Amino acid sequence: MSKERKLNIKVPVLARVEGAGALRIKIRQGRIKQAELDIFEPPRLFERLLIGRDYHEVPDMVARICGICPVAYQMSAVSALEGIFGLDPGARVRAMRRVFYCGEWMQSHALHIHLLALPDFLGFDSAPAMAKAYPDEVRRGLALQALGNDIIRLFGGRSVHPVGACVGGFHHTPDRPSVRQLLDKLQASLPQAEALLRWTAALDLPEDDQDFCSVSLTHPQDYPMIGERMVSSSGLDIGIEDFEDYVNEYQVPHSTALHALLHGETYLVGPLARMNLNQARLPPATRELLAECSIRFPSRNMYHSLIARAAEIHLALTEAIRLLEEDSDAQPLRVAPQVRAGTGFGASEAPRGLLYHRYEVTETGTIASARIVPPTSQNQARMEQDLVTSLENYGLQHAADALQLRAETVIRNYDPCISCATHFLRLRVEHD
Amino acid sequence: MDSDTQPKIALHKFSSCDGCQLAFLNLGAGLLSVFEQFEVVHFAEAGPVADDVPVLISFVEGSISTPDDLARIKQVRANSRYLITIGACATAGGLQALRNLADDDGWVESVYATPEYIDTLDTVTPIRAHVPVDAELWGCPVNGTQVLNALHACRNGTLPVVEHDKVCLECKRQQTVCVMVTRGLPCMGPVTRTGCGALCPGYARDCYACYGPAENSEDGILRDRFAGLGLNNKQIEHRFTSFTSAAGMTRDVNRRKGTE
Repeated sequence: MSKERKLNIKVPVLARVEGAGALRIKIRQGRIKQAELDIFEPPRLFERLLIGRDYHEVPDMVARICGICPVAYQMSAVSALEGIFGLDPGARVRAMRRVFYCGEWMQSHALHIHLLALPDFLGFDSAPAMAKAYPDEVRRGLALQALGNDIIRLFGGRSVHPVGACVGGFHHTPDRPSVRQLLDKLQASLPQAEALLRWTAALDLPEDDQDFCSVSLTHPQDYPMIGERMVSSSGLDIGIEDFEDYVNEYQVPHSTALHALLHGETYLVGPLARMNLNQARLPPATRELLAECSIRFPSRNMYHSLIARAAEIHLALTEAIRLLEEDSDAQPLRVAPQVRAGTGFGASEAPRGLLYHRYEVTETGTIASARIVPPTSQNQARMEQDLVTSLENYGLQHAADALQLRAETVIRNYDPCISCATHFLRLRVEHD
Repeated sequence: MDSDTQPKIALHKFSSCDGCQLAFLNLGAGLLSVFEQFEVVHFAEAGPVADDVPVLISFVEGSISTPDDLARIKQVRANSRYLITIGACATAGGLQALRNLADDDGWVESVYATPEYIDTLDTVTPIRAHVPVDAELWGCPVNGTQVLNALHACRNGTLPVVEHDKVCLECKRQQTVCVMVTRGLPCMGPVTRTGCGALCPGYARDCYACYGPAENSEDGILRDRFAGLGLNNKQIEHRFTSFTSAAGMTRDVNRRKGTE
């Protein structure tokens, strides 16, 4: 095919991502000259509208940044605010927050795997279309998504913008019969989570090894969810209070989501980065299951993110069962804060990756400033880099629709949360 | 059912968190059933993309905040027999509409270093401010029951029943102990529309009005009560202006429409 061919591809709305944005790819002389992920999230200015609010309003307000990962926003926020007040909510609150978070990983990952990503790899344009050929697999996925929502509902009343979390713990303590009922359901679902991981590990995913720096939180014993230190595959190991010294956010003309670089380099956050950095902290059952599959982490193949998500569903289910079984009424699920002025930092691993919050609070508990860095902003520069590498590896001589599908697959594979960061995704491939 | 007889539906997203679309995406096997009974022509997150096709029902999530949104919502209206707004953003502006109330102009500048790249309208507005809306489903977020009721009502040629009762009534039905009376919490239940199932008082906390204003609310009396509980004027104002601050733009219309 001639290198001089002129080609314009336009996709008004990219399907199967959370929100919408635009992609602009320019190909000249058989090379990609420009690959930009255009993000037109109408700015909702959360960092500004929090100013002047009472600290206790923050968890309910920041949840509204994202309908798919509200728990992540609530957990990063309460961690930061508790840091300011010098409040340790205790082992039981920490354990139950982890269960709450497990629910979010399960529902978000199951949604992404089945409704957003898998149709690309199995050759369908939507999950309902895929369900005709893979009815059992799709139903299993939707059941695991529902189970994650059940966990969130136990603590929060509803799975989208749950109402249970507060600074100091939870407003409400679940009653024992409800916990027992959910535990039975979780235990009965373990075989489904195992089957999902085995199935995804055996899928014929594209081979596309790339060089990238993985970044995640870290914890001495556990696979990280809420944490105080972050590490990278390049040897970084810092407290999250130093996040802004290492990560620079900058604005680009084509996006309302700020881009972020670590020491001037792109980096990856999310399930693959977590799995690459924290395999030693997987629960034994998940580690043994992975060992039986042909997949090996750390992996440099971005498409292994799908398998990492399936492994994290298994991990989340295993962890939720363990923590709920160990739970007792010995400690309260809420500790009252002593309000004082200060600046606090909170970080947690949203389903899509590290979510950083910083708040400054006055002595009466009013928010004086807020900084929120969502995972999709951090991945955005890496996604653009991946587009160039992946499409060039794939071969720019391919037909326009094949190039378009591959470009969309690359973006969808990151599970970009465009509600957190983006809106309209348009793809224009220009050859000249 | 083949596609000639399946009613066509669409879901359009504007400025929002995507949480109300999850009322569909969290239906489990029910989602597959919706796709069997209806031809879903546009629902980007679920896969189908055809945003300029005439449909029986368009569900609209999100508020209007950019010049592009304005053009798009007019096209959606022209293509839809029924236009149903889902959630606080589409129905009453959502949290982002708080910037309408800002007394300084520096909001965009405070978040973005180069504000001239940011193309937004001066205000954030609900859908009703721009095109006629057939029914408004309140809630931040709406739930599966609300969207399924609307789907099946419109399919049968009628409009969904929209709740106008106060959260207080739902608490009484559930025999939930009143958190304001027993614990002195500044609960918005007396002036907030139900539909959530009175979740917050059931979870031992005060309602924060995410379902918007109820009919014939005695706002003044509740403000006085909050002052009596020790809230200052700013705190009282915040209780009444969070998730549905642009509700005034739609409230009269809803009262007039009643429960049609």
